[in-house]
Amino acid sequence: MALSAPTLTLPEGLELLDPTGERSVAERQLAPRLALGVPARIALLDIRKPRGDVFLDQLQRELAARGHSTVREQKPTFTKPAPDDLRAEIAERCDAVIEALAD
Amino acid sequence: MALELLALVKHDCPVCDQVLPALDAARAGGAPLRILSQSDPGDTARQAERLGLGEVPTVDQELRESARLDPGAVPALVLLVDGHERGRVEGLDRDALGELARGAGAELVLDGLPAHRPGCASRTRDPEVAAVLAARAARAAGRLRSRTLLVGSLEDPFEALHERGLTDGLPVVPPTPERVVAMLEHTSRGPQELVGVMPPYDGGATVEKVAVNAVMAGCPGPTLPFVLAAVQAACRPEFALHGLVATTHPAGPTVIASGPLADAAGFNAAGNCLGQGNRANLTVGRALQLVVRNVGGGRPGAEDRAAHGQPGKVGSCFAELIDGAPWPSLARAHGLAATETGVLVMATEAPRLVVDQLAREPEALCVSLAEALEAVAHPRLRLAFDALLVVGPEHGRVFGRAGWGREQLQAELFAASHSPAGELVRGAAGGAEGLEARWVTDPAMPVAKFAGPERIQIAYAGGDAGLFSMVFGSWAAGEIGSAPVFASVEPWR
Repeated sequence: MALSAPTLTLPEGLELLDPTGERSVAERQLAPRLALGVPARIALLDIRKPRGDVFLDQLQRELAARGHSTVREQKPTFTKPAPDDLRAEIAERCDAVIEALAD
Repeated sequence: MALELLALVKHDCPVCDQVLPALDAARAGGAPLRILSQSDPGDTARQAERLGLGEVPTVDQELRESARLDPGAVPALVLLVDGHERGRVEGLDRDALGELARGAGAELVLDGLPAHRPGCASRTRDPEVAAVLAARAARAAGRLRSRTLLVGSLEDPFEALHERGLTDGLPVVPPTPERVVAMLEHTSRGPQELVGVMPPYDGGATVEKVAVNAVMAGCPGPTLPFVLAAVQAACRPEFALHGLVATTHPAGPTVIASGPLADAAGFNAAGNCLGQGNRANLTVGRALQLVVRNVGGGRPGAEDRAAHGQPGKVGSCFAELIDGAPWPSLARAHGLAATETGVLVMATEAPRLVVDQLAREPEALCVSLAEALEAVAHPRLRLAFDALLVVGPEHGRVFGRAGWGREQLQAELFAASHSPAGELVRGAAGGAEGLEARWVTDPAMPVAKFAGPERIQIAYAGGDAGLFSMVFGSWAAGEIGSAPVFASVEPWR
């Protein structure tokens, strides 16, 4: 900044303020992978978009054919993140979750 | 008890030239007097030589003492007792200067000088110097806490900000501490107060962070309270901003400024209010979207999955016309007094025009507007979307003459935007989209477009010529999606 204020020490270059939230990004580890061939309990989470159920029905059949049990869950609405209670319940009851997209 | 006199002068002040020889003589005679110059060393030395002073005044490094004492004018003579100010004289006031000096046991010989002469503005009052000092003071006091981004002297700040991923694709005003401190002057709220937690990554939108982004957006200072209110509204859970950012739908937040302060802050509610040419309209919506991007972390192509988006996602904002309005403003409808101002933030698509140049009766005009409203998203999609109808003055006059208020218009539009189920069902006229057949037991049964009359938001704005209104479709609405949120601007002033 060209300031005619020689009694002020100005920084080299232009000092700006960071407009971001300055969050430190937490490193997230992947959950342990399920062992191949071992029957698992898998949640199928419908995000409530049209035809998501069609996709999940097919997945459910495929998983059952491979010896896995499934639990069908739904978000209250596709527009908002899954409620904490629902996430906790899935984490407690199931070994893994598959979230359906749709449209 | 330590007595000290401190004199502040500068080189390009004729009044300082008049007083300096007396100050220099008093100091040479043993008076407890420090003479500090606000000018640089070279100018200070040349002034001393020109005046024949016995000693060159000390340079007030970083203008520290000048900033601390903050005189309006120089020469300024300040009497300090144990470091605390006990009196001061600014400019040339012969008697007062002599008396103040005697307070420290010093004699100032001012014979031959005028009794009174105003001084020159202190360097601390130069706008650019004042801004630097204010920014430093704000940083020292913890009012500014943002990390510093240093743009190299060979870098172009506009390019640098873009390369750092901090812009919306248009150039932004570089957020210098000086500009941010000046912006913060337009709210009474503390810079570290939290305005909201901004999705999708839950960034803390403090007043300071909002001000930084408002500077970048180019906001005029008086619009800052509107940006703060809009951020507060957008962070409410019912606005569902997380989903609005992440959706493939083109909607973005539209801000409607409603109330008398909007005009005072420079918003346009009249001709071309949804277009270009007005700084407040163009920058306030943009500032909100920059906060979403920078504080919330919602970036197009990454978190923002919009299939197309629309131009209003750069920023969408307008004000409501108050004068001549056929019904009380949105702010009044949300319970504010006529003297108060607020913002309604709504998740909308781009607006589109509704032409009706023939209707002179409200019922007839209602038919046209309802047909346009039914087209939001898809005529056969029902109850899932809201709408924002911006009634232009020439259309508003039709309703005003008939005595229709906001609620009556909402009720009539709601009633007129029903269609027979048989026309909306999947497969009708060969179209796949529509109501599921299992819900359609009677093809003649009227099906509402909207979940209720109140789901048709109505604003009054536009130029005084043109028999037009504008319709904004919403994103997925209500409890399943985003509800419009109103926030008062008053708490953010």
